[in-house]
Amino acid sequence: MPLATDIDTSSPKHLRDKYAIIGVGETSYTRGSGMTTRALGTWAVRNAIEDAGLRPADIDGMLSYQSGDSTFAPFIAGDLGIRLNFYMDVFGGGSSTEALIGMAMGVIEAGMCKTVVLFRAMNGFSQVRIGGTGARSAVPISGDMLHSRTYGWQSAGQLFSFTFLRHMYDYGTTPAQVAAVRVAHSQHASNNPKAYYQRRLTVEDVLASRIICKPLHLLDCCVETDNATAVIVSSAARARDGRQPRVLIRGVAGRVCKPRVDMHYQHGPISSVAGKYAREILWPNSGVGPEDVDVTGSYDAFTFTTMLQLEDYGFCKKGEGGQYVSDGTICLGGRRPNNTSGGHLCEGYTHGMNMVIENVRQLRHEVDDSCPIGADGKRQHTYDYREGGCRQVKQCEVTANLGWAMPGTGSAMVMRRD
Amino acid sequence: MSIKANYLGMPLSIDELDGENLAYFKHCAAHDFHLQLCVSCNLLRYPPTTACPWCMRAEAQWVPVEGKGAVHAYTEVHHAIQPAFKAATPYLVLLVDLDTQNGKPSAHEALRVVGNLTTPDGQLAPADMVKRVGIGTRVRMVFSDVAPGLALPQWTIDAEAAQPQPWRYPEE
Repeated sequence: MPLATDIDTSSPKHLRDKYAIIGVGETSYTRGSGMTTRALGTWAVRNAIEDAGLRPADIDGMLSYQSGDSTFAPFIAGDLGIRLNFYMDVFGGGSSTEALIGMAMGVIEAGMCKTVVLFRAMNGFSQVRIGGTGARSAVPISGDMLHSRTYGWQSAGQLFSFTFLRHMYDYGTTPAQVAAVRVAHSQHASNNPKAYYQRRLTVEDVLASRIICKPLHLLDCCVETDNATAVIVSSAARARDGRQPRVLIRGVAGRVCKPRVDMHYQHGPISSVAGKYAREILWPNSGVGPEDVDVTGSYDAFTFTTMLQLEDYGFCKKGEGGQYVSDGTICLGGRRPNNTSGGHLCEGYTHGMNMVIENVRQLRHEVDDSCPIGADGKRQHTYDYREGGCRQVKQCEVTANLGWAMPGTGSAMVMRRD
Repeated sequence: MSIKANYLGMPLSIDELDGENLAYFKHCAAHDFHLQLCVSCNLLRYPPTTACPWCMRAEAQWVPVEGKGAVHAYTEVHHAIQPAFKAATPYLVLLVDLDTQNGKPSAHEALRVVGNLTTPDGQLAPADMVKRVGIGTRVRMVFSDVAPGLALPQWTIDAEAAQPQPWRYPEE
């Protein structure tokens, strides 16, 4: 594989390539799952265990993340007959996936358990609306919230828009450039039979959709869905016994923050995001740089989040993110496609895990598109990216996931094909 | 003593243990904006915290701060999430650089105070006023009275200041 030589030896990178993602699984993406988060989580974890070719007895660690809106690990373990040597249920939303994968590596390295499954189960449309409407919009306001919610400054879109708008002011980024993110992801989703939105959109469609809060149009925002997702982490040595091609973890950066993360707008430039700091951990630890990456999974809660992260992780020069996301680079068939499943904007909203799952499948060269399955049981990819066709990236060797909690906090992970 | 109040139909409360917020909003209720000044490094901070972000010192004095500044960024909300704000759309949430301590202790730092654009008497601004404000607009602090011991700091156009041409979201 075309990896650069190590570009930083400032700290030992003992865990580079020593851990692997050995199983991935998810439920359907719906608006109205008709079941509990416990049932969703059980479904996704079972799918991941079956994908890995494991039995429940092979799993002895469990991690989950949530925001008071989901079930806990003991119930999933109980439902599937898993006896745990370790579990933690963590409070967190976006960017938790990569951070918890790093924690899983550490827990296994410490000898606390051998194989960890992570899950996120949510009825983000039918129970606790991720956009913040419904019950979440009417809770009593106290403490630190007195400085935000009292001003009608509460939802993710409202809270992040200072960063988005200031980027337009600082660098001349245009609504049409950023809309190209939605267009690209909609094209990818049209080749993903499980995506919630599969219709291809144009820049004009995005710009003609109503304003939610400037600079966000409705179609700059992701879809709220009900779903659960799961990934299984184990040592690279154990991964050799697995059912799937090995997908090795090169490096992880977990919930890296800007200064004053309690109120990050105090410390500018506010048009920069946490990736500016996370990249100083991600690339040296991974031993690769942006140029080595074939596919990105840049968190797309909004079109702007994808653009800002690609820029601050160094895929283009600072200020040129609008150009980068609108020149075809991030489309299937382009130099470095982003969110080939359609991501949060189109496939479904998972707080980041579906983007890791997609990149694992890209690295296995077994993305679940509509290409025919051959006599060997494997998909015969056509690399024809027209609507309803293929979404496997040719010779995908290295991927980067860029997770987002908010402008001030993010996580990232580089994986490679063995 | 704790405070319980209602603002635009939203229940607000400050717990009796929350000394920092009780002090902050008490000054706002007197229409006299104060921030914490670190007794060690002499830096002001916003919003209230329990220690100095630059030197960790817990002790601070509440000192008056001039409520004037310029809009650093904003969002204009057309689709309100909270029921309380649905009748007020479009409304502006402003991030304002105070003139005081701007660019300190490092070039990209400032006391950036959040508030809505309001009329001088603290009512959410009407649509024709919303259209006049953008990045760079000079604003001054006013207050929305909520309850004894609790008023919210807000921003209104500074009629006495020389106004630059504000930068507005282009697609209008």
